[in-house]
Amino acid sequence: MRNLFIDTLVKEARLNKKIVLIVGDLGFNVVEPFKKEFPKRFFNAGVSEQSMIGIASGLSMNGFHVFVYSIANFPTFRCAEQIRNDIDYHNLPVTIVSVGSGLGYGNLGYTHHGLQDYALMRSFPNTIICSPSDNYELKNSLKYLFKKPQPSYLRLDKSLDLNLKNSKNNLIPGDWNSRDKHKNSKKLVLSTGSTYNDCKNFLKKKKNSLYNWYSIPMWGMKIKSNQFKKLSAFNEIITFENHIQDGGFGSWINEILSVNISRKKFFVQNKFINSNVIGKVGSEKFLNKLYGPK
Amino acid sequence: MKNIELLSTKIRKNLLKITYSSKSAHIASSLSIVDIIATIYSKFMKKNKKNIFVLSKGHACLAHYCLLYEFGYIKKKTLNTFGKNGTILMSHSSHKVPGVNLSTGSLGHGLPVSTGIALSKKITSNSGKVFVLLSDGELNEGSNWESLLFSAHNNLNNLVIIIDHNKIQSLDFVNKTMKLDPLKKKFSSFGCKVLEINGHNHKEIFNSLKNTSNKPLVVIANTIKGKGISFMENKVLWHYKSPNFDELILGLKELKK
Repeated sequence: MRNLFIDTLVKEARLNKKIVLIVGDLGFNVVEPFKKEFPKRFFNAGVSEQSMIGIASGLSMNGFHVFVYSIANFPTFRCAEQIRNDIDYHNLPVTIVSVGSGLGYGNLGYTHHGLQDYALMRSFPNTIICSPSDNYELKNSLKYLFKKPQPSYLRLDKSLDLNLKNSKNNLIPGDWNSRDKHKNSKKLVLSTGSTYNDCKNFLKKKKNSLYNWYSIPMWGMKIKSNQFKKLSAFNEIITFENHIQDGGFGSWINEILSVNISRKKFFVQNKFINSNVIGKVGSEKFLNKLYGPK
Repeated sequence: MKNIELLSTKIRKNLLKITYSSKSAHIASSLSIVDIIATIYSKFMKKNKKNIFVLSKGHACLAHYCLLYEFGYIKKKTLNTFGKNGTILMSHSSHKVPGVNLSTGSLGHGLPVSTGIALSKKITSNSGKVFVLLSDGELNEGSNWESLLFSAHNNLNNLVIIIDHNKIQSLDFVNKTMKLDPLKKKFSSFGCKVLEINGHNHKEIFNSLKNTSNKPLVVIANTIKGKGISFMENKVLWHYKSPNFDELILGLKELKK
């Protein structure tokens, strides 16, 4: 996903002179193609995330669509107020890209686990979250952002390289991307981000074979309003995410359902990373097996 | 310079009246920057529309709003709504106000964003400078020093950083809170060109700001917090207090001299 991101960004930057990339001293073996081809539009802000986000905001005020690249919690929590006040409040075209969602950097420990970033980023009213679950959704998210630059958070898996069958071209925020359909079933699995294997493991059980499965790659506070109508076609909803429950994707769905509780009642279950993972170390596969969404 | 003198007095008078009517805080922080912003707008902003001003110490926004009124950005009717219910003139700088580029109020944001604006001018070979005004207490924020490293490394000589060095921060004097000295040395060791001036002398302000080099410019403007109204000068109390009626009359009398 990292390399596909850079390749797509390079292709766009050839056509669009307003694309700028700032890295927070990270991206070895990833960002070089951009740096090589566009040295005047590439900056390493060093290990200084607060300054990096401020600089990105200033650049974007003069018409640039700025991509800020880093990993884990560094471009989000470390500079949360800069995102809140500078980017989101001023509604500036800055896309924050963070690699290593969920337990992607499992062996590097809690400092590098991206477990709470949805909670932070979805509290900003102008920001859309892009959490693609495969290469197609990543390309579609970028295509949308290139067309409509705005405050945005692109959350990437560290090593995922999946090409799934997809239902729609030109996805826009709030769109549901169909993974599996059962026409007469009122059961629904909704997922976002890198949760393909978790969903697959759930759905391969015989009792779960009749679930419709959709992913939502682009979501956030400002995309809540058009969701209830789609949700109301189902009776049973199960959400999947590689984030803790609190403030995550499942919480987003729960909030949409709860404000409409007088209209319809649902059976809802959230599948998420158990917060007992905090402080535990191991490969992504190892940690996910013990604490992942299931 | 005489016009700037008159402009500064007008701003101070309005500042005092509006702080009284809105019962707002930060009058002393606003009074200390009046001469600096009056000079920047009269000498640099008016003539060159490519120059940009950012007030990083957003709590002193009333001085900026009073100045924007003098330059026709804001109507008197709007100015008088400062700090009141439903106004666009909140008590910290707001980008929703005509003539204001950046909402500030949380310290340490103005310099990083100004660094980005200066960088964007470099990329596009756009002329004009970015003037950013910080408080001295604000220098406690690490984000400023992060951005200084970046701006010096990238030779952003179109970035002009002015420090309103009034030597008082929120709870106490700067040197009793966290010493900044040797401030000049700190900035030059970060790779900036540094000048130290009297921040109430319009000629000195003008001469320092027009300086050019291949480095970011830092102007340490020595100021007096509460400048212009004797009983407000150099007192921590006036970071918070708004004047009562007697103090308003007394202050206006002093400004008429």
